[in-house]
Amino acid sequence: MKKEIPLAITFLTGVIIVVTFFIPHQPLGGMQQRLLIWYSIVLGFTLLLGVDSLLRSNLQKIMRRAPGWPYAVVVVAGFLATLAAGIHTWATTKDLLSLGSSFMYIYTYMIVPLQATMFALLAFFIASAAYRAFRARTLEATLLLVTAAIVMLGRVPVGAEIWDKLPGLQDWIMEIPQMAAKRGIFIGVALGTIAMSLRVILGLERTYLS
Amino acid sequence: MSHIFIALVTLALAAAPVRAAGAPAAPAPAAPAFFAAGLTAADAPNDEGRAIDLSWTKAPGDTGGAAVFRGYQILRAEQAEGPFAEVGFAIGGKTSFRDNVAEGAVHYYRVRQLSAAGAAESETVGPVRAAAQWFDASRLNVLIVTVLLAFLLIWYIERAKKGEELFIRKIQGLDAIDEAVGRSTELGKPILYSFGLGEIRDIVTVASLAILRQVATKCAQHGTELLVPNWDPLVMAAAQETVQQAYSEPGRPDLYKEGNVSFLTTDQFGYAAGVDGMMLRQKPGAVFLLGYFYAEALLMSETGHSIGAIQIAGTTAITQLPFFIASCDYTLIGEEMLAASCYLKRDPQMLGSLKGEDFVKAALIIGFAALAVTGTVGVVLSRGGHGGLASVFQAIKDWFVTA
Amino acid sequence: MKFFEKLASIDRRIIYLLLALAVVVPILLKLVLPITVSEPVKSAYAAIDGLSDGSVVMVSIDYDASSAPEVQPMLLSVLRHCFAKKHKVVMLGQWPLGLPFGEIGMTTVVDEINRAAQSPADSIRYGANYVNLGYRPGYRALMVGLGREFRDFFATDYRSAPVDSLPLMRPIHNYNDIDLLVGLEAGQAGDEWIQYAGARYGLQIVIGATGVVAPDMFHYMQARQIKGLIGGLQGAAEYETLMQHPGTGTAGMVPQSWAHLLLLAFIVLGNVGYFVMRRKKA
Repeated sequence: MKKEIPLAITFLTGVIIVVTFFIPHQPLGGMQQRLLIWYSIVLGFTLLLGVDSLLRSNLQKIMRRAPGWPYAVVVVAGFLATLAAGIHTWATTKDLLSLGSSFMYIYTYMIVPLQATMFALLAFFIASAAYRAFRARTLEATLLLVTAAIVMLGRVPVGAEIWDKLPGLQDWIMEIPQMAAKRGIFIGVALGTIAMSLRVILGLERTYLS
Repeated sequence: MSHIFIALVTLALAAAPVRAAGAPAAPAPAAPAFFAAGLTAADAPNDEGRAIDLSWTKAPGDTGGAAVFRGYQILRAEQAEGPFAEVGFAIGGKTSFRDNVAEGAVHYYRVRQLSAAGAAESETVGPVRAAAQWFDASRLNVLIVTVLLAFLLIWYIERAKKGEELFIRKIQGLDAIDEAVGRSTELGKPILYSFGLGEIRDIVTVASLAILRQVATKCAQHGTELLVPNWDPLVMAAAQETVQQAYSEPGRPDLYKEGNVSFLTTDQFGYAAGVDGMMLRQKPGAVFLLGYFYAEALLMSETGHSIGAIQIAGTTAITQLPFFIASCDYTLIGEEMLAASCYLKRDPQMLGSLKGEDFVKAALIIGFAALAVTGTVGVVLSRGGHGGLASVFQAIKDWFVTA
Repeated sequence: MKFFEKLASIDRRIIYLLLALAVVVPILLKLVLPITVSEPVKSAYAAIDGLSDGSVVMVSIDYDASSAPEVQPMLLSVLRHCFAKKHKVVMLGQWPLGLPFGEIGMTTVVDEINRAAQSPADSIRYGANYVNLGYRPGYRALMVGLGREFRDFFATDYRSAPVDSLPLMRPIHNYNDIDLLVGLEAGQAGDEWIQYAGARYGLQIVIGATGVVAPDMFHYMQARQIKGLIGGLQGAAEYETLMQHPGTGTAGMVPQSWAHLLLLAFIVLGNVGYFVMRRKKA
């Protein structure tokens, strides 16, 4: 029964969502909306699962003095401080986004710079990966290299300064060859998704149940 | 052609929409001559009976900005003689309005235009009722394609059940799992597995769980430590169960540590920072990046590259594929990810569904080619005055456009 | 030969340092380059400009701090454009950590307009000209669900005021009451808006996306599933040019150009080194 009940629920939910897509009449029309609302509510609660796991694994690390445990202290302290600031802001202003509140202070001066820094690192990583990977080893690699150069230059104003046809050439590459290749992969992924969904609904694919 | 098709199905399946009689049941108020004519009210098609569609032709005075012509007030009443109350407002330039109502109740409508020159009301239309339809005729094209696809897939699954031999090409990334786990074990290093930013409802995450199962089984056999940091709490729960199960099967439940399959954060770059930190501190011998990824893909795979780990990546996120190909040893491209569970299990029914997928793909390629030829030849012929083929092409194209 | 060997394997710390300089120096020197506006951005501008005055535009904040340098200038330009056209703006977000950016952007533009307002009729008020609905978990469910009724998901705005207490929200029930969606995207939410709200309910959509996401949006533009596309910092700069209100998007163009040139230089150097080494080995 441990497997049959989840499989039955999966089958029923899958079929209801598919059928309600085509049948707007009650009770099916409203049923879809109800399932969507449930999904939204349940999803809100799943965060508690994450919080539980995060705190448990980090507290264990601190207790056991596992390697790198001071990082775990930072995680737990950061979690508690943000939570406290959130509750304090909500209790005092009833508006979490109120600019100048303690929560927004943490957001503006810690979360924003940390996130921005992490994303900015991408530029450096792209530079080193491109430098390492873009070698004209074969004809295909050379074509890729030349195309990448045109797109990179065509996307920025300096490209038009170098040669006024570059932005147009860049547009053509993005709209024709790039799009064709991408659509090919896209259609494959879409078909794979349909086949996989069907396997899940029919109960052939059970890995997610363990 | 498509319109005829849809109209036939609408007639057969849907409750006949109730069109407004249009006859004014009450004497129409004196309307200035410049008022928009031709107000109609009809049940909104293909819905659950909660809306009435109103449309009118644009008032001659409806030009310029809001200062000259304010717009149209929508007035509704339960009886022809009123009282009419405002239920909505359409700004100048608009010639339609969808009014949300309860199913079955009778309504009468008027539209009042408001302009700098004064207000004027239309005649009353009604009675009109909102009715629910049993079939959304606008989605007939989707239904037909869905039924065809499902039929083909099930057909091949059934054929596979009867024991037909099915071929599947080699997928290097999946064959390399043994090598990656083996090398990590030899070096005495752990293995890191990430789902990226996929939710449990993403099919690619479900596919990745099947690969995790395989990786965890190998880890349990070799006694190698497996780390699975998560971005989504639900994926974490599923991953915990998968790994636990995989460790129990070869009789090594003692090796499973819940803390190794943990939640990091739902913040994209916080997650990337967390995973990168784990890589730099614990120096895994193999890194698996399989799931749905965004901009964090390269941050993670470049860090994996810098610590010299053997890296196997795979995603359906097309934009991230080049990054993985540049920085990882093996990359599963798009649908290879989704075929993983079939490839690893070699279950005939699962392989059958892959075969069905290939057949559909072949049919689509033929269809696209035929349509491209039809469209091109159609355009050439229509220049010579023969528009037949072009209109066939246009009809097929229209049929596929949903909105 | 040592030199070419080094060219083929430049230490990445040197690459990082030079890239940092290529970005920082032009910002400090405040250099500017002329900007040519591309077709997708022109279409995006035309989609907002072509709506009747007073239309309802929904703006979805689907990014956060990491991509704000690219997307925030788009938000500011779009809001300025909407309010200049007297459109009403309904804001919501699919990224919880992005909501403050929506609020900061809105406050900036509203203050700017209200300061310049000649009469109360020119000023902008919360509830009448704009609202902020906030965030709800499970964005795909939300996108489908809003097609039926906003109140099923947003009974209140982000400050917990009932939506029916806001005059702007009273007539809005589903996508039929929204004239245009501007989705500002740093992830998958853009695809979802197009697939769930656009294809299913016929919602008109303009997408503003980061440089990483924008290439994924081109096919929607080509298939006319979206009305316009503002792609990356370049797109933001182009919209600022159209609005004749240069901001951080325009300022970012020179560093971006230099960074691209530097990257190309590295790729060329790497290849020169690679070829010389290969010939030597042969």
